Amino acid sequence: MNIIVCVKQVPDTSEVRINPETNTLIREGVPSIINPYDLHAVEAALQIKEKTGAKVTVITMGPPQAEDALREAISMGADDVRLISDRAFAGADTWATSHALYKAIEKLGYDIILCGKQAIDGDTAQVGPEVAEFLNIPHIAYIRKIEDVGDKTIKVQRLMDDGYDVVESTLPVLLTVVKELNTPRLPSLKGKMAAKKAVITKMDMNAIGAEAGNVGLKGSPTQVKNIFAPQSKVDRKMIEGSVEEQVEALIRELRGLKCV
Amino acid sequence: MRIVVNIEKCTGCGQCVESCPFTSIEIKDGKAFINEYCQLCRACLSVCPEGAIIEILEEGDAVETDLSAYKGVWIFAEQREGMAAPVAYELLGAGRRLANELKTGLSAVLLGSNEEQAKELIKWGADKVYHCNDAIFDKFNDEPYSQMLVNLIRTHKPEIVLAGATPIGRSFIPRVAARVRTGLTADCTALEIDKDSGNLLQIRPAFGGNIMATILCPNHRPQIATVRPRVMKRGEYDEGRKGGIVPVSASGITCRTKVLDTIKEASECMVNLQEAEVIVAGGRGLGKPEGFKMLEELAELLGGAVGASRAAVDEGWVAYSHQVGQTGKTVCPKIYIACGISGAVQHLVGMQSSDIIIAINKNPEAPIFDVATYGIAGDVYEVVPLLIKKLKEAKA
Ligand SMILES: Cc1cc2nc3c(=O)[nH]c(=O)nc-3n(C[C@H](O)[C@H](O)[C@H](O)COP(=O)(O)OP(=O)(O)OC[C@H]3O[C@@H](n4cnc5c(N)ncnc54)[C@H](O)[C@@H]3O)c2cc1C
Ligand SMILES: Nc1ncnc2c1ncn2[C@@H]1O[C@H](COP(=O)(O)O)[C@@H](O)[C@H]1O
Repeated sequence: MNIIVCVKQVPDTSEVRINPETNTLIREGVPSIINPYDLHAVEAALQIKEKTGAKVTVITMGPPQAEDALREAISMGADDVRLISDRAFAGADTWATSHALYKAIEKLGYDIILCGKQAIDGDTAQVGPEVAEFLNIPHIAYIRKIEDVGDKTIKVQRLMDDGYDVVESTLPVLLTVVKELNTPRLPSLKGKMAAKKAVITKMDMNAIGAEAGNVGLKGSPTQVKNIFAPQSKVDRKMIEGSVEEQVEALIRELRGLKCV
Repeated sequence: MRIVVNIEKCTGCGQCVESCPFTSIEIKDGKAFINEYCQLCRACLSVCPEGAIIEILEEGDAVETDLSAYKGVWIFAEQREGMAAPVAYELLGAGRRLANELKTGLSAVLLGSNEEQAKELIKWGADKVYHCNDAIFDKFNDEPYSQMLVNLIRTHKPEIVLAGATPIGRSFIPRVAARVRTGLTADCTALEIDKDSGNLLQIRPAFGGNIMATILCPNHRPQIATVRPRVMKRGEYDEGRKGGIVPVSASGITCRTKVLDTIKEASECMVNLQEAEVIVAGGRGLGKPEGFKMLEELAELLGGAVGASRAAVDEGWVAYSHQVGQTGKTVCPKIYIACGISGAVQHLVGMQSSDIIIAINKNPEAPIFDVATYGIAGDVYEVVPLLIKKLKEAKA
């Protein structure tokens, strides 16, 4: 059995702030990490490997620096990795990203593909399902438990707004996972050594067999028009006076709203 | 399109380096250099004092597609157990506004469920409902849902398609966008029409709510967006509104997944919080778990529910199911009373579309006052007990 895990290198958004004057992100000193949800996807793959002897290949599309994410995956126990990287991939939206991943995955062979629920930089949660559509295989999103992995089918729990569904799918299948699924393991010493020594295989546009019109900015239907700081300042309407007066005024307003 | 540096003009001042949201500009040999992290967001173009950063159009940039063939606004009305989800009515409100602005019609797509629900959608604003009541849609499976919507889009060519940013919408709509080769913007919190181009401006939070981005899909149709629940206002309900129901057939639709079981786990509080007309929420400023007892009393007097910031939940003063914000619930009550909450963006994204926001905070500079309809700079332990006392007197 072949398992492919898609991971993305992202800035640690809990440390990203916006500069209110220029409306741009302050990323100074913000570390790059593996998208947290993707660590759970790697862990899930490793657990299936332990049960079935599957081969785990971790892939990422990104700039050369994204290699670090792959080394981290090796240190956790991944058998193989691919860095899908080409200048032509820059500026990709979810359509063009999934297209490139799909082209690469087709070359690798797969039974189960695992993705994180979403990447914490864009928060779109679209790449997984889009890859599945391109590959013409089923997908199940928001997996919180893998109940059973068979030769031809898989049974999982899918998180919904009001509880969860137990869903069965034929293989091959793509799953996107949430944090409740598992606790990602820490790299072992042996893993760290392997990560250091590993030669990272790159795949560029030719290697994956994609066309220029379908990747990167050119292949992207959406464009970012602008970015800005979240809240628009409104006139502060402060209720002044003593506590007594403030509370009285507030109750008058609540009455006006027919709330009291 | 490419963004390039005119080396002749560049003085290496570094202002562009700071302006770049993606840290994709470096100074190399005293000149600005744009690396492959560039997302072509154009933020650097206007900051360069020398005008040395320019945008170059390349061959193939302007894709020739007949966009004018696409007309009308569609909303996807998701259903669970036959009932249209509340988000469907919110989408009808948003869709009506966009359709009016574009002087076009508003249609809904309902897969599964029954004719009664289709009629309800018309009363809430749809001119037309494409309805397929095949049993294959009773439970949610991604493949049949996406295949059906793709078929409908290919046949009828809408210019805009909106769906709820719910587990269902966010799961299968990406397949639709991939298949019809168009853009999809996730989890929008505002939608507008660009006056000049007629394009849909899709506004959404990114980077964990730290920034907002406006996304366009200029050269492909339909423009598809998922919309965050409880952000858009419902349209007007009109018992007498007339509309057409178009039955559609599910022939040829296939499915490789099967829902074996559906388990309900919603806690009572979750339901209360999202349906409450009044929410009294507390943050770290309460200082102790007893503070929430006080808020509960106030909430009860106002017929409301209790919410919380993440800080208060992390402190263990109140259960996670009460958390409002980025990683909690999005709420939209008539009145939201924030007590001892600073107003971090991650909290604001979950509550700022409430009709009336009342903020009580010791620190008059707290950002929560920027979104508040009424602000009281004061101690919650002075203000709230007095408020409770006076409300009780008024009731007696
Ligand atoms: C990825 C991510 C996701 C997040 N998701 C969420 C989320 O979903 N929801 C959320 O809420 N947060 C979220 N946060 C956390 C958020 O950034 C803030 O840390 C949090 O909202 C702060 O909570 P607070 O306002 O209660 O606490 P603080 O920021 O500590 O503010 C306490 C406020 O109380 C005031 N105060 C103190 N004593 C009193 C008194 N006696 N009377 C009146 N006022 C008083 C203070 O002036 C201060 O303004 C998230 C953060 C990250 C990084
Ligand atoms: N550039 C990428 N390379 C590899 N996997 C990715 C990439 N972008 C997204 N993914 C995968 O798709 C998931 C959802 O990402 P997103 O749609 O960007 O929120 C992530 O959790 C990853 O598993």
